[in-house]
Amino acid sequence: MDLDFTAGEEEFRRRARDWLAGHVPARPLPSLETRQGFAAHRAWEGELAADRWSVVSWPEEYGGQGVDIVKWLVFEEEYFAAGGPGRVSQNGINLLAPTLFDFGTAEQRARVLPPMASGEVIWAQAWSEPDSGSDLASLRSAARRTEGGWLISGQKTWSSRAAFADRAFGLFRSEPVVDSAKPHRGLTYLMFPLDADGVTVRPIGRLDGKPAFAELFLDDVFVPDEDVIGEPGQGWRIAMSTTGDERGLTLRSPGRFVAAAERLTRQWRTHGDPADTALRDRVADAVIGARAYQLFTWANASRFAAGETIGAESSLNKVFWSEYDIALHETALDLLGAEGELADGGEWAEGYVFSLAGPIYAGTNEIQRDIIAERLLGLPKGRR
Amino acid sequence: MRFLLDVEQREFARSLDAMLSAADTPAVARAWAAGDHAPGRAVWGRLADAGVFALAVPEEYEGAGLLPVEVAVAFVELGRHAVPGPVVETVAAGALLARLAELGEAAPAKRLLAPLATGETLATLALPEGGPFALDADVATVRLTATDGELRLAAGHARVERSLDPVRRLARLGPGELLASGPSVAGASRCAADWAALATAAQALGAGLALLDRTVAYVKQRTQFGTPIGGFQAVKHRLADVLTGLEFARPLLYGAALTLRTADIAAAKAAAGEAAYAAARAALQLHGAIGYTAENDLSLWLTKARALRTAWGSPAECRRLVLAGGFGGD
Repeated sequence: MDLDFTAGEEEFRRRARDWLAGHVPARPLPSLETRQGFAAHRAWEGELAADRWSVVSWPEEYGGQGVDIVKWLVFEEEYFAAGGPGRVSQNGINLLAPTLFDFGTAEQRARVLPPMASGEVIWAQAWSEPDSGSDLASLRSAARRTEGGWLISGQKTWSSRAAFADRAFGLFRSEPVVDSAKPHRGLTYLMFPLDADGVTVRPIGRLDGKPAFAELFLDDVFVPDEDVIGEPGQGWRIAMSTTGDERGLTLRSPGRFVAAAERLTRQWRTHGDPADTALRDRVADAVIGARAYQLFTWANASRFAAGETIGAESSLNKVFWSEYDIALHETALDLLGAEGELADGGEWAEGYVFSLAGPIYAGTNEIQRDIIAERLLGLPKGRR
Repeated sequence: MRFLLDVEQREFARSLDAMLSAADTPAVARAWAAGDHAPGRAVWGRLADAGVFALAVPEEYEGAGLLPVEVAVAFVELGRHAVPGPVVETVAAGALLARLAELGEAAPAKRLLAPLATGETLATLALPEGGPFALDADVATVRLTATDGELRLAAGHARVERSLDPVRRLARLGPGELLASGPSVAGASRCAADWAALATAAQALGAGLALLDRTVAYVKQRTQFGTPIGGFQAVKHRLADVLTGLEFARPLLYGAALTLRTADIAAAKAAAGEAAYAAARAALQLHGAIGYTAENDLSLWLTKARALRTAWGSPAECRRLVLAGGFGGD
């Protein structure tokens, strides 16, 4: 058991650090949840990609460096330590790309991945519907067979990044529900352009008013067969199969929280009131939590590297980081005192608003706790 | 980077688990609480045979060398099985004597250390870092105190006081023979406190895991409203949170064992202490009234989880050390 990096890993770390030192913008980019900020973040993706830093873990043929998960974690540590901008491409990179690697065709990978890596095409997810949130399998947006493809109709919502993104991916019902106990059958995983005929995008202002997500109204939108991932009707299995493995590790990298906890600690040392032991304990908890998440991830990465699979443990991950993220930002805002109220007062305010969504998206924490209880503790399935 | 227990370490845990399961440790702990130490001494001998007390002792004193990861592995099992006695203190006393020898004061180690490693002698100690009480001072024959730069071998102890954990018996140590003095005593004391905190964190994690296991088993078989209560979401979510707390304390424990930095050990101690205590609260609530009885063995872990929260580093002291040490490597 060790926490040591190989010479190759250290060399990779130095290379990443040097590149980031020369490229990370000196001033923070405008919020990526605005039109102007979205464009600036897209351009940053292109800058990363030009030197193969946007998707380091992907094979070289798609624009990556083909590195393993340990080096990916090293890159992420360096990225956030250097103050790198938020990743506007993360929906595509974290959610769609792993699915394409596992279930896509070579043609799809060659066509979809390089422009995703460069930021040329930014992806939004289209899972939830007005009546299908945690109970996603009850979704009703339909895909109807037509010559050479499918016509999709219905309404998707809470579609992150869709206000400014180029394309979207999601599940559509291609066969009617036959057995009401098995609504997961007959769903198809599709990709479609957001500027196609029949698509209406209505941005939704999140808590701070920024259009971080959108509603999608779909009216007989044509999707060619080449944009179906895997077999029609098998979409549920395809969408869920990548929720458990390494994606559980890569949705939120520990580097992000380690860097944030270090920043918070520095602010505590310069601005904190040493007599305020209650706040001091919360700052310490932020440090402890970041370290715990980092080490938990290293342990899972080690298991992964040893050929083990990571299953329902990724639900532990999700509950932990999403609640940690809120506590971290609450602590930072409390440390700022009255200035913590300022919406444009600095790095913590927008992060706080973003953190509040964490326990809701990517499977609510209630669903994650059900998974933990049933699959890790073996408790009986019950009513939700 | 291979942050996983290796095959030998996992086998070590399994063999201790098997041995302690067969030893009926709840009965041993109850006997210890009642003042009958014979069954506890028998378990002590078996732990010594398994090498547990040699894990923080250099080879020249009949130890196995300094093996903090193995200490963590072993103490998770000791906590899981509610093993009574000054187990943490004996390991920490060994670390203190070894460190003192390293700092140039070898005489106390030469005189006292080998019998600790082999399990012949039980030790206890009271250090400035750990508070005024020594555990099981009436059973331990090596009783160390380190205050004001002086290491002493206490001749006796004050009245034994009851702990909230009936298995733990606390006493202040009396005066005694001067073993060493000077700055090396403070250094050795800090080192011993770190090892004690590490072992206590591991013990707390093990206690938390035992509480969770027993509670999961209980809610699967306890039926109300015609169905096992473990199917209710309020129950499931509470236990999911307990598991989350324990599973994120675990890597802090092993990470601290690898670095042996005071701040990392304090982080592990704070997290394991909180996670075990949360496990105890959930275990009591979900067992209901039966869990509130002394008769039910659950009480052994419920009370221990409370005691271990403040033993060898209170939550506030641990957090102070975390911020004093900061992040990452030295």
